[in-house]
Amino acid sequence: MTVAADAPPASPTRDDKRWRQVDVRVRRLGARPDALIEVLHTVQEVFGYLDDDALSYVSEALGVPPSRVLGVATFYSHFVRKPQGEHTCVVCMGTACYINGAAALLNRIHDTLGIDAGGTTPDGRISLLRARCLGACSMAPAVVIDDEVHGRISPDGVQEMLEAL
Amino acid sequence: MSEAGTPTPARRRRQEPLIPDGPVRASAHVCMAAGCLSMQADTVFDSLCERVTARGLTDVAVKRVGCLGLCAAGPLVAVPQKGRIYDHVAADDEAALDGVVDGLAGGEGGRPTATDPFFSHQVKVVLEHCGQIDPERVEDYVAVGGYEALTKAVTTMTPAEVLGEVTRSGIRGRGGAGYPTGLKWTTVAKTDSADGKYVVCNGDEGDPGAFMDRSVLESSPQQVLEGMAIAGYAVGANHGYVYVRAEYPLAVKRLTTAIRQAEHAGLLGPRIADSSFSFDVEIRIGAGAFVCGEETALIASIEGGRGTPRPRPPYPAASGLWGKPTLINNVETLASIPTIINRGAEWYSAIGSGKSLGTKVFALAGSVVNTGLIEVPLGLTLREIVFDIGGGLPGGGKFKAVQTGGPSGGCMPESLLDMSVDYESLAQAGSIMGSGGMIVMDDGTCMVDVAKFFMDFCREESCGKCVPCRVGTTQMYRLLDRITRGLASRDELAELESLAGMVRDTSLCGLGQGSPNPVVSTLRYFRDEYMAHIDDHVCPAGVCKMEPREAAVAAGEVAR
Repeated sequence: MTVAADAPPASPTRDDKRWRQVDVRVRRLGARPDALIEVLHTVQEVFGYLDDDALSYVSEALGVPPSRVLGVATFYSHFVRKPQGEHTCVVCMGTACYINGAAALLNRIHDTLGIDAGGTTPDGRISLLRARCLGACSMAPAVVIDDEVHGRISPDGVQEMLEAL
Repeated sequence: MSEAGTPTPARRRRQEPLIPDGPVRASAHVCMAAGCLSMQADTVFDSLCERVTARGLTDVAVKRVGCLGLCAAGPLVAVPQKGRIYDHVAADDEAALDGVVDGLAGGEGGRPTATDPFFSHQVKVVLEHCGQIDPERVEDYVAVGGYEALTKAVTTMTPAEVLGEVTRSGIRGRGGAGYPTGLKWTTVAKTDSADGKYVVCNGDEGDPGAFMDRSVLESSPQQVLEGMAIAGYAVGANHGYVYVRAEYPLAVKRLTTAIRQAEHAGLLGPRIADSSFSFDVEIRIGAGAFVCGEETALIASIEGGRGTPRPRPPYPAASGLWGKPTLINNVETLASIPTIINRGAEWYSAIGSGKSLGTKVFALAGSVVNTGLIEVPLGLTLREIVFDIGGGLPGGGKFKAVQTGGPSGGCMPESLLDMSVDYESLAQAGSIMGSGGMIVMDDGTCMVDVAKFFMDFCREESCGKCVPCRVGTTQMYRLLDRITRGLASRDELAELESLAGMVRDTSLCGLGQGSPNPVVSTLRYFRDEYMAHIDDHVCPAGVCKMEPREAAVAAGEVAR
């Protein structure tokens, strides 16, 4: 498989000990082909993202054709194919957040960091993601910075927090 | 586009709930649903435990509970014995924390729930135990009568009697389409299958602005499992799957705990209540695809594939998961079942109006004072929900519209505020009941922009299998985008309307068929706003940024 030139050296190799966690999960699910999504969840939890090598590994472990593994990994937006930044900033784009100015938050982050949703700063420090709806509608607009939810936030507020990271 | 969900709560040492050995004088119910939890409700819980212990109150309980409903005013603590709720109990607010402890010790304070219209106008069936029990302790659920309905069903009723009870209750699917639940169950029950049937609980709640199912799963997971087991008994299935979004890690965690505890207690698994009926439940976690809420797509996803829908018939009731007869019900529908069995079809069908019987849970959000989770009898008016329960718009803002049904729903204007909220009236008004998201919009919202927001959602979530949805939503989005930038002509508006009809009539599944609804309903009630963008080149709400028209740029009159 081809590996992009800018791929980080951290890409997991076959002898990486973390694969054992994946193997345990595969065994527990009986290595059934229909466990594909569950196993991909586990791989992403362990390694943070799904690269080509990881998909081949899962394909062999479950006896599912590589084409189908790639098809599933790219169909669902929860699965990411690139390593994420050191910090993550998630902007909720649910209806309540949208009408309360979520787009202005994204614009400000774009102006501050130069990245759009799905992007990571060139130095690999911050990844920007969008969420469909966090269900935190009572605190709209909401952002999640490194697993912490911040509600009723302004563009200035989000810029301050990102610059403090 | 990349997405992410709510974070998993950090691992920490867990404070046990305070439960006195003797009689309980008062108990503090600390809301641990996602909204309050994101405002450090776990620290509030720890502090209250410390304070109660420090004051030597030995006949007072402090426990974790699910959603108390009034999310806007969190963190929330309820003291049910006194009928009071304490709002804004922040983790670092000494006075608020002491206020709760004073209340437990016998003092006054907090908001009385009996006279507060937010609470007094509600009727709780699905949410009956939300905020009353600790969702991570099966004994709490059993103590409030949990699993009595399942025991009653499997020991004293035949499957046909259970079917009859559910049919006579008049309950309809709470996931959106409103198909009669009894009819669906009967179809699955009548389909013979030598090698098994399945019950699937659809917890893939994808509508933006909707968090009903999540709150139920987080607040009373055993109730959903009990409903599934009763459904399994009625239709002849022994295996169940709960499909939950990956964005709801807390719901997944609590469900996992609930299944383990129920199996351990013999409430699920082999030979339930010493009958010959066995039922087990597995969890399947979604991976961020809105279309998986459609039942055939959901089946494909459980089977480990891409979540693309297929044409029906055959319906899942005849050929579903792995080709076996499969009953698929929404979380809220299944959570209503134990009460229907316990209290009877007559009791349930006395709630509601016309063909819409029982109660419905709504997630109230947007420009409304009391954002949160509510459960009301079907047939209340929009005005009662938005102004009496919801407390109206904050800061005296002017009401413009209320959106129901998410990306497949519509926007209802002020003139429809006295409309009854039931399946038929909403459909007539060009919207749908949907799963229960209800977003209030004030006059600072541009309705064309709202239509564009939902079309963007459908365009990105379209699975790509059928052309009308894949291409149609993209083209409709393009036209809406041009209108919001002040570039569109009247011809383009006509094109948008004709596309809307085509996409509705020819798409394969509900996602495509419903996707024109936000456009059609805003055109029906707010056409003047579209015309202002097109003819007058202005956005009346001041949301959209108008660009110079292409013709003017080409003629050199203005610079782009």
